[in-house]
Amino acid sequence: MRLAILGSGAVGQSVADLAGEYGHEVVALADSSSAVVDSDGIDVDDALERKISSGAVGDADPAAVFETDYDVLVEATPTTLDDAEPGFTHAKRALEADRHVVLANKGPVAERYEDLRAIEADSAGSVRFEATVGGAIPVLSTIEDETPQAVTAVRGVLNGTANFILTRMAAEGLDYEHVLAEAQDLGVAEADPTFDVDGTDAALKFVILANVLSDGGFSLEDATVEGIQNIPGSALDLAAEDGRTIRLIGEATREGIRVGPRLVPENGALAVTGTRNIVQIETRHAGSLHSSGRGAGGPETATAVLSDVGRLPEL
Amino acid sequence: MGNETSDGDDPETDGGVRPYTVRLELVDEPGELLRALAPVADNGGNLLSIHHERGNITPRGHIPVEVDLECPPDRFDDVVDALRNAGVNVIQAGAEHYGEEINVVLVGELVETDLSETLSRIEAEADSVVRDLSLSAPDGTDGISSARVRLAIDSGRADEALAAIRSIGSSKDLTVVEPLLGGEA
Repeated sequence: MRLAILGSGAVGQSVADLAGEYGHEVVALADSSSAVVDSDGIDVDDALERKISSGAVGDADPAAVFETDYDVLVEATPTTLDDAEPGFTHAKRALEADRHVVLANKGPVAERYEDLRAIEADSAGSVRFEATVGGAIPVLSTIEDETPQAVTAVRGVLNGTANFILTRMAAEGLDYEHVLAEAQDLGVAEADPTFDVDGTDAALKFVILANVLSDGGFSLEDATVEGIQNIPGSALDLAAEDGRTIRLIGEATREGIRVGPRLVPENGALAVTGTRNIVQIETRHAGSLHSSGRGAGGPETATAVLSDVGRLPEL
Repeated sequence: MGNETSDGDDPETDGGVRPYTVRLELVDEPGELLRALAPVADNGGNLLSIHHERGNITPRGHIPVEVDLECPPDRFDDVVDALRNAGVNVIQAGAEHYGEEINVVLVGELVETDLSETLSRIEAEADSVVRDLSLSAPDGTDGISSARVRLAIDSGRADEALAAIRSIGSSKDLTVVEPLLGGEA
């Protein structure tokens, strides 16, 4: 497939870098202000080096990406809330040109699922978004394989930053502020970690899951969300007295979405440690399936994007 | 044993009865036991057994009596109220019907917001009994503290109990860390 990649952050760069290994060709790569476009395939190494040295991937206008002959638009620009722009318009433009869209950007599927599906219905292209939930973990494709109707609930830990903080607090008996500072030093937490620790990032993923289970109907404002900022070390100590620990757990069902700190068995499946993610897919006929792995990171998320590309039909 | 087959439905059908245990404390005087049992029968309760612990005296010098009875679940509160109205000291009511235990962790200004009132409300509004409490206040009683509360609740009523505790928590500005129910957590 010929890929046009919008967004040159960690994920976009990794998709460009790994595409060749998966048998695909990159014909366009853009960041927010520049692009490199070549219908014979761009020189990825060259573009990535240029991005590092000058901050721009190329000389062309980002809009030129849509003029290229591509099969799949990879949308890897930063997630935005509410109207999910400009990610939504990017996806729309590709679908209206009868191309496929693979999203790494959570915004359009969390906030405007029905709009996106409606546009997809009129297009020869299709939309996939495995990378938006759980990074390298095949969550959506597992639900697709089980068929969404047979899945009753999805639960789990889908934010590595919050999980890292809770794990360190429990293990070291430290307080939230202390561990957050450490996580920032290690690069696990962003300078502004609000979205991770207040539960919004996890909630977006569970909104996407609820949309997949129900074929739409949910956005972030339908989710009940609580973060971990108010959890002191003493709460984790008390949980441990009883063989429990606290994790930021999300739940998605056809009834709704809930994210918050919950007590889980210390040695249970959902008590993953560090930045690891886990999902538990509860099925009607086959019990619970668990899948754990790296929920973030450039190459990890790029593998999910490229798996999606591999599942797309030829146009 | 796991609880994967428990679907929250109580075993009784319409008009069904359930067993309950009531622990009473009686003054050691003739006729007291009979006086204590009348409210049970008067309110549709069926006496199953009476364990009159004559050799045991409570700290107040009274005699503990354990009464097993059965009645429709919606009549049990009436039975207990009638006992109390008759001046009978009810030490424990219906522990038998609490078939399940859950833990919650409360976080916030627990002492400032009157922990014992919080616990009473949890017992009343979540229809539960506090079995165990563990408090940790590393920053002193006027700071943020945490409490782990183990509650006995009716089998299959965890969702209702947790919803009640959630609402108490939000009214008192406390963070409630609930157990994750469902699935094989």
